[in-house]
Amino acid sequence: MTDDCKLCLSATGLTKIFGLGRQKCVAVDHVDFSFNEGEIISIVGESGSGKTTLAKMLLGLISVTEGTVYYKGKKRDISTQKKKQEYWKNIQAIFQDPFSSYNIFNKIDSVLLDCIYMRGGRRLSHAKKVELMTEACSFVNLKFEELTNKYPFELSGGQMQRLMIARIFLLKPRILLADEPTSMIDACSRATILEMLMKLRNETGMTLIFITHDIGLAYYVSDSVYIMERGKIVETGCADDVILHPRQAYTRRLINDVPKIHEVWDLSTV
Amino acid sequence: MSRVMLEVKELTTKYITRFRENVYAVDHVSLKVEEGKSLGIAGESGCGKSTLALSLMGYYFAPLHYTSGEIIIDGRNISGMDCDDVRKAVLGSEISYIPQGAMNSLNPTLKIIRFIEDVIKAHDPKISRKEIYELAKDRFMTLGLPADVLQKYPVELSGGMKQRTVIAVSVILSPKVLIADEPSSALDVTSQKMVIKMLRDLMEKSIIKSMIFITHELPLLYNVTDDIMVMYAGQIVEKGTAKQTVFDPLHPYAKGLMGSIIVPEYGLRGVKLAAIPGVPPNLKNPPTGCRFAERCKYVLPECRTHSIDFRDAEEGRAYRCILSEEHLREVYKND
Repeated sequence: MTDDCKLCLSATGLTKIFGLGRQKCVAVDHVDFSFNEGEIISIVGESGSGKTTLAKMLLGLISVTEGTVYYKGKKRDISTQKKKQEYWKNIQAIFQDPFSSYNIFNKIDSVLLDCIYMRGGRRLSHAKKVELMTEACSFVNLKFEELTNKYPFELSGGQMQRLMIARIFLLKPRILLADEPTSMIDACSRATILEMLMKLRNETGMTLIFITHDIGLAYYVSDSVYIMERGKIVETGCADDVILHPRQAYTRRLINDVPKIHEVWDLSTV
Repeated sequence: MSRVMLEVKELTTKYITRFRENVYAVDHVSLKVEEGKSLGIAGESGCGKSTLALSLMGYYFAPLHYTSGEIIIDGRNISGMDCDDVRKAVLGSEISYIPQGAMNSLNPTLKIIRFIEDVIKAHDPKISRKEIYELAKDRFMTLGLPADVLQKYPVELSGGMKQRTVIAVSVILSPKVLIADEPSSALDVTSQKMVIKMLRDLMEKSIIKSMIFITHELPLLYNVTDDIMVMYAGQIVEKGTAKQTVFDPLHPYAKGLMGSIIVPEYGLRGVKLAAIPGVPPNLKNPPTGCRFAERCKYVLPECRTHSIDFRDAEEGRAYRCILSEEHLREVYKND
C-alpha cells in the first residue's frame, strides 16, 4: 500500500503518432514508465528520439494518440480547461530556450504575479506579494529591485533561466519537467542552474524529470535513467548501472559521444 | 621549431557604443599558433571570446574597431590593412571563420553550391562554374559529405549537416588558420562528435594548417586542442597545454571553470559543482587592478589596486595573478 502512495506519475502504452497514412510518423511508441515521488529521473536520447514529444504529452500540451497517463495512481483528467489548470498546479516545466519562454509584452513583475495568483494569492496585500517575489528572486540570486519594471528580453540567457526557476519556487509544483534546461547556456551558468534546481528539489521534495541529450548531465543529477531511441525506451535502471555498465549498443554509443577527460575519447566510431 | 602560422601581438580592439563609450572587449591579447597545432580558448559568455575571433580576421566593421597591436599570418602582417583588401586577399584563403550559429548563417534562398561560388569567385573571378563544381565535389567527398548536398537548399539539411556544410564551405580555399567559434554548441552530442571528427580530419589531411577552437565546454576543448587559453573580461588569464590547464589550473578563474565540468565517468557522480559566484565586470569601465578580484575567493587588498601582469610560469605556461605558483597550488590543496 505504501508503494502505491509514493507513485507520482505513470503511464502505460503511451503513443503519439503525427500525420496519417503514408506520412505517418510514430514519435513516441508504446512507452511505459512509473515515476515515484521525490525521484530525479532523466530521459536521454539524441535529437529526434521523441523526448520533447513525450514531455509535451505529460504536460498535457498535446493530445495523446493512445495509452493513459496516471497521476498519483488515478487516471489523469484534463478534458476541460479548468481541469487542465488544476493539473498544471501539480506539474510545471522549464523549457530549453529561455528566450522564447516568456511573453515579450509582459513585464517580469507580472510573470511572477501570475504565479502568486495561480497559488490562490490574489487577495494578498501588495506588500506581501512583493515580499514573496523578493524571496523567490533572492532564491535564484537575482535582485527583485533591479528586475521590477523590466522586460524579460533585457536579461541574459542565464538570468532568464534563473527567473524560470524563481517561478517554479513560487508555484511549488509536485513535478517539475526540465526540458534541456542547460543546453543554451554556458558551462559556468549551467553549474549555477543545476545547483539551484537541486536546492529547490531538496526543499520541496518534488519529482524532477530531466530531459537531456547529454548523458554526462544525466549521470550527474539523476537517480534513474531512461534511454530513448526512436520513440521507444530501450534501457532503464539506476544511473550507476546504466551509465557504468550499459547493456544496449545505443546507450554505449551515447556514452561514447560525450567527450571525457580521464578516458580517451574515441573519434573513430561516428 | 615549426613554422608559426598565426602570431598576434598585443591586439586591442574596441566597440564604440551609440553613446560614444569605448568597450575594450579584447585587451592586449598575444598568442601564437604553430603549424599543425590547435589552440583552444575557454571562458564564460561575455568574456570576449567571440570578439577575439572576429578581431583575429583583421576584418572590422562598426561597432567593432581596431585600436592597436599586430596580427601576423604566416609572416604577413595584416593589421591596419584596408577592409576591402583583407576581404579579397586574406579571408577564406589565409584565415577562415566558422560562425557560432551555423543554422542561421546560410541564406535559405540559395543552394549550397552558390555559397561556394561566392567564396571562390571573390578570389578568382575568371574561374568557370563547372570547375568550381568539380572542386567543391572533390572537397565534399574528402570530408565525407555526400555530393548531392551541393544542389540542396539549407532547409533540406539537418542541423548537424548544416554545420558540417558550413565548415566545408569555409575551408574550400584551404586556409592556413581556421577559427571555429562554438561550432557545436547548438548540436546534440552525436552531431557534435561528427563535427569534431571533421575538424580533426581537416588537420590530419592538412587542408588547414592550424586551428583556433573557441568554446565553453572544457571536456571538449581538452579532447580537441593541444593548448588552452582561458579568457576573462577581455584578457587572457591563463595559458598552457590542454592537460596542464584542465588538471592543474593556476589562475583562480581557470580553477573555477574546471569546477563546472560534467562528464559521465566513474566516481564523478555527486561531486559538488563549484559555480563561480557573481557576474563578469562591465567593460565600459573595467576595474583597476585584477578584473577577477570581485569574484575571487582568494582576493587580497593589493589585487584591487595594482594592475597585474601576465607572467610566465614554468614549462611554458603563463598566468595573470598576483599570487605565486606555489602559493596558488597550496591554496587549492587546502580547499
